[in-house]
Amino acid sequence: MYTELIKPENLVYTKTKVMTDKELSYCPGCGHGTAHRIIMEVIEEMGIQGETIGVAPVGCSVLAYEFMNIDVQQAAHGRAPALATAIKRLWPEKYVFTYQGDGDLAAIGTAETIHACNRGENIVIVFINNGIYGMTGGQMAPTTLPNMKSSTSPYGRDEVEMGHPLKMTELVANLPGVYYVTRQAVHKPGHVRKAKKAIRKAFENTAKKTGVSFVEIVSNCNSGWKMRPTDANQWMEDNMFPYYQLGDIKVDGLFVNK
Amino acid sequence: MKELRLMKGNEAMAEAMIRAGYDGYFGYPITPQSEVMEYLQAERPMERTGMVVLQAESEVASINMLYGGAGSGKNVVTSSSSPGISLMQEGLSYIAGAELPCLVINVQRGGPGLGDIQPAQADYFQAVKGGGHGDYKLIVIAPASVQESSDFVKLALELSNKYRNPVMILTDGAIGQMMEKVELFPHQPRWTIEEIKEKKPWATFGKPADGERRIITSLDLLPEKLEAHNTHLQEKYRTIEKNEVRYEEIMCEDAEYIFVAYGLASRICQKTIQLLRDKGIKVGIVRPITLYPFPKDILKSYASKVKGFFVVEMNAGQMVEDVQLAVECKEKVGFYGRTGGVLPTPEEVMEAFEKSFK
Amino acid sequence: MAKVKGVIVVDTERCKGCEVCIPVCPVNVIAMSPKVNGKGYNYMEQIAEACTGCSNCAVVCPDGVITVYRSK
Repeated sequence: MYTELIKPENLVYTKTKVMTDKELSYCPGCGHGTAHRIIMEVIEEMGIQGETIGVAPVGCSVLAYEFMNIDVQQAAHGRAPALATAIKRLWPEKYVFTYQGDGDLAAIGTAETIHACNRGENIVIVFINNGIYGMTGGQMAPTTLPNMKSSTSPYGRDEVEMGHPLKMTELVANLPGVYYVTRQAVHKPGHVRKAKKAIRKAFENTAKKTGVSFVEIVSNCNSGWKMRPTDANQWMEDNMFPYYQLGDIKVDGLFVNK
Repeated sequence: MKELRLMKGNEAMAEAMIRAGYDGYFGYPITPQSEVMEYLQAERPMERTGMVVLQAESEVASINMLYGGAGSGKNVVTSSSSPGISLMQEGLSYIAGAELPCLVINVQRGGPGLGDIQPAQADYFQAVKGGGHGDYKLIVIAPASVQESSDFVKLALELSNKYRNPVMILTDGAIGQMMEKVELFPHQPRWTIEEIKEKKPWATFGKPADGERRIITSLDLLPEKLEAHNTHLQEKYRTIEKNEVRYEEIMCEDAEYIFVAYGLASRICQKTIQLLRDKGIKVGIVRPITLYPFPKDILKSYASKVKGFFVVEMNAGQMVEDVQLAVECKEKVGFYGRTGGVLPTPEEVMEAFEKSFK
Repeated sequence: MAKVKGVIVVDTERCKGCEVCIPVCPVNVIAMSPKVNGKGYNYMEQIAEACTGCSNCAVVCPDGVITVYRSK
């Protein structure tokens, strides 16, 4: 190819140094890698690599600290918002964020999520929603869609038996302590760029001590959904997006009326 | 100039947290220890020392706030009572695995289950054998007075940092609720950021510009690595066992029999041994102060000199097993215990002893 | 031949062959190589020079294996 262009001054995009150079453990095409990267890009652009503490969950991203070149604590399943609460209150000038999957945040960690939000902690909560428990092999999660198959709903999630998919994002948006709520995606360039802006806004909010900034990223789970990545992304658009609608839900403390 | 006060055990511990220089307290209401957080909130330590006090939504959240706070290099503490401490067991295992210095206070109450709110000692096994998963140890210290309740809060800060290990104060509802004279120790300053950087370079308070980022985790997916970590933990526990045993000997010099009791039970026994001595039976007490590390050697040293041991607890018999182990089951070890939060009287303890050693 | 605007460099050993980048290239200059990397994944490669350096592929790559250059 036209290699004359390969000169530092022509560089427009490369993986940020705030990601480690460790190979990602995620399945091919999994949105976790992209989500990690845009958060680290925001941290790099804001120059806060030495001021940010991340809290990783239990789930596929339990190993997030292998890939994020910042100080990170690994929390027990569902407890990340509690850790983040204490870290932020004890280090008020630092940037603190949690990075959690749907099982972590919307199942076992429901109480920690709701109460950190209700207290209006000045933290960022990044919530990766792929409607399934990925790490443990594709079990049903509170966010699993109606009739969606999983290893513990092999005939599809039965809403009569197991209730309806839990929209944690809309739930926490009702809490006055939550200042910014948005739902994004990272499967296409346009979405990635928008998601990155949202994360940048969330981090900037914490500096203004305005309460919780809650960024949901609807993502895929290729191994759990048993689909090729590109098919999974299509399935996500056709099935997840209608239920988990993308866009800002609450900005600067006010609901965005659609 | 001595600072003397008449205080409840719970309040003395709260005041001691502020004075010892703790950075944060995260807790949840539960009888019989809610006074700890009530006192702290009333004192507004944020203004006194900059100490953070936060009421969490549950004991599960509280212990995980402790994990986060301790992992970020701050000296943090929580308190609860038996049912709440059960909810904290997962967190304690993570904290021990990640080697995070902190203090957890258990003001024991009657169990099992919801039990009652009377004093008890039935969480001994949970505290010293480990109520969470995995091989880990808490340093467990048992006060027998309001004075010790205050002093051990300061001791806990030192020991937890000396060994990078969680410490538990195992007290009970009576000591927590009763008022006694207490001499308060002078204020110790909270650690500065420089001190944290120097003493806790492993803590996560922001990646140093010129250094590696830090990780607080208890996860090790490679069994060999996890085993190496366990080996390190066990070596640490052996060191603690060698250096940190604490106990009190009461009238043991001429003792024919030795009572073994801690905390509140040891105070009841002090009356019992007077009653027995009035009858000409020479009895002493060895009062374990650290329940882990357990004072095995001192008990073993008395084994050949006395006719027997008599263990008194407010439970169905837990520490008695450690006493039997300490004397390698070669000596007679009697036991008397009341459960459900019932306090034994000195007289009934005496009768039980006499029946046991007729 | 029109002046070439951009070029990409792919860390083929780290590409997992997920193909998420393929549909996002506005000028269709990237495709899956018939060859595989050390892990047995077919990896992505640039197959034509009309790259505009828009970085769509790099931005959407979950493993961040694509570096993009564009002439100023």
